[in-house]
Amino acid sequence: MKILVPVKRVVDYNVKVRVKADQSGVELANVKMSMNPFDEIAVEEALRLKEAGKADEVIVVSIGPKQATETIRSGLAMGADRGILIQSDETVEPLAVAKLLKGVVAEEEPGLVILGKQAIDDDSNQTGQMLAALLDWSQGTFASSVSLEDGTVDVTREIDGGLQTVKLQMPAIITTDLRLNEPRFSSLPNIMKAKKKPIAEKTAKDYGVDLTPRLKTLKTAEPEARKAGVKVASVGELVEKLKNEAGVL
Amino acid sequence: MTTLLLAEHAGGQLNEATAKALTAASELGAPVDILVIGKGVAAVADQAATLAGVQKVLLAEDEALEHSLAEPAAALILKLSDNYDAIVAPATTNGKNILPRVAAKLDVMQVSEVIKVISSDTFERPIYAGNAIQTVQATDAKKVLTIRTSTFAAAENSGSAAVESIDAATGVALSAFVGEEIAASDRPELSSARIIISGGRALGSQEKFEEVITPVADKLGAAIGASRAAVDAGYAPNDWQVGQTGKVVAPELYIACGISGAIQHLAGMKDSKIIVAINKDEEAPIFQVADYGLVADLFDVLPELQNQI
Ligand SMILES: Cc1cc2nc3c(=O)[nH]c(=O)nc-3n(C[C@H](O)[C@H](O)[C@H](O)COP(=O)(O)OP(=O)(O)OC[C@H]3O[C@@H](n4cnc5c(N)ncnc54)[C@H](O)[C@@H]3O)c2cc1C
Ligand SMILES: Nc1ncnc2c1ncn2[C@@H]1O[C@H](COP(=O)(O)O)[C@@H](O)[C@H]1O
Repeated sequence: MKILVPVKRVVDYNVKVRVKADQSGVELANVKMSMNPFDEIAVEEALRLKEAGKADEVIVVSIGPKQATETIRSGLAMGADRGILIQSDETVEPLAVAKLLKGVVAEEEPGLVILGKQAIDDDSNQTGQMLAALLDWSQGTFASSVSLEDGTVDVTREIDGGLQTVKLQMPAIITTDLRLNEPRFSSLPNIMKAKKKPIAEKTAKDYGVDLTPRLKTLKTAEPEARKAGVKVASVGELVEKLKNEAGVL
Repeated sequence: MTTLLLAEHAGGQLNEATAKALTAASELGAPVDILVIGKGVAAVADQAATLAGVQKVLLAEDEALEHSLAEPAAALILKLSDNYDAIVAPATTNGKNILPRVAAKLDVMQVSEVIKVISSDTFERPIYAGNAIQTVQATDAKKVLTIRTSTFAAAENSGSAAVESIDAATGVALSAFVGEEIAASDRPELSSARIIISGGRALGSQEKFEEVITPVADKLGAAIGASRAAVDAGYAPNDWQVGQTGKVVAPELYIACGISGAIQHLAGMKDSKIIVAINKDEEAPIFQVADYGLVADLFDVLPELQNQI
């Protein structure tokens, strides 16, 4: 069985992004980029399934600019077998990403697609569910544990009230939550080895997908800043202020 | 022009997220129908019918819908979708699980986590953990939206809409419910609590977390939250996580104890009305958003706080 893992190149989670002065977007020049953290978790899970003998091949795919090759290489350095880059210099919305991934699934016929639950740039939390819909596959979103059986996969999901476990018929879509696993670090030899692993280069045309955005971004603004607060010296002062100044106690 | 709102409920009770999402749905300017799916949920539909401004409540009961699995739930909403110009759900884990599946089938790009309705096709939503706010115009004919409920007031309970039972069979069975672990608690829910007290990595253990945070929460009638570090370390359950990838809350009072204030945590609480930070490190970023900061050891502060309130 093959496992397909879509990995997105995003602004590193440690970077505090700045909105451009003309409100046309956020500043991306000279900003550190990394693999979306949830996608690292997805790659890790796929590798563990392969190491447990439950999968034969892990393929990472990224949709983005030429530099997304680096993101694919990070996945290969973790241990994935090969990569696919679908190059686009424009922003590709989750719906279009899902359509492209559907095309990749048709070619590769994986038994599982493991995605991140959300990309930390657009915070959409849609792509996996959309791909599941387009394929008419089952979905196990926000996974905190995955256990593969014969023809089915049990996924424990982090939901609002606690945890829910569902049994999915395969092929299936899984999206990862933070506590599914802790991604490995890539060793230097593996980083070197990754340089030789194949990456196929494609475009949206190869899959016949129209990338025209459906959401028109009218502007991107700074959130409202909070007013500077004060330091209090004691618990007594804190309680007094919460009662009399803020009126919340 | 009609809007369909998917109700959020659990344990036979309508969740307040529904009333909040209704406020956003009503701002689209069209009448709103509420869809209640599940099994044995007629009482929930009755509760939904009392929300102000609801045109009617659709009650869809079926074995396959009992646990609100995404595949049959989305299939049902799709069956109804011809009658609606907008399909809306609160951005709960349930809404987030189901709605993108509907959107993709309709070939519509969903607008996630709407924080403001500007017009029937234009919305504000946060990106980059709330470090930027995007204004987007949805060009698809049908709108599919999830609503960040912390930014909308709950609709009132002054309505009396009719409840209509509908055919809920979809024949979709791609997945099956195996089990769930839902902690029963008398405590207010995080997403609707007036006061929240949250603990971070500094708590050090589940025992300490319970020993120092819980009594203050009890005394304040507060909900309890946690940082990701505290949840990952097992001090608190996963559904207490506040942040970019956990719950987004906006209570009257948020008390952060031993939490550094990483952007991912701030994303989930910085719209609270009053923020209190208790942290040993006066440089901790949490102080940049705190109305009242106390530089001190939380193990000294919390017992004292418990005595003084
Ligand atoms: C993809 C992604 C998503 C994430 N999503 C979330 C999210 O949703 N929510 C979230 O919270 N985090 C999230 N994080 C994690 C986030 O980046 C931080 O790592 C996390 O919030 C840190 O938790 P903390 O503040 O409890 O721990 P720390 O950063 O370790 O802070 C502990 C604080 O406690 C203080 N302290 C120590 N001892 C005491 C004492 N005795 N008394 C008082 N103060 C004391 C220290 O000064 C320090 O400031 C996410 C990270 C990633 C990569
Ligand atoms: N451009 C992309 N390239 C590869 N994978 C993507 C891309 N966009 C989204 N994904 C996948 O979809 C997940 C959810 O993204 P989103 O729906 O944008 O929050 C991510 O964690 C990735 O696994």
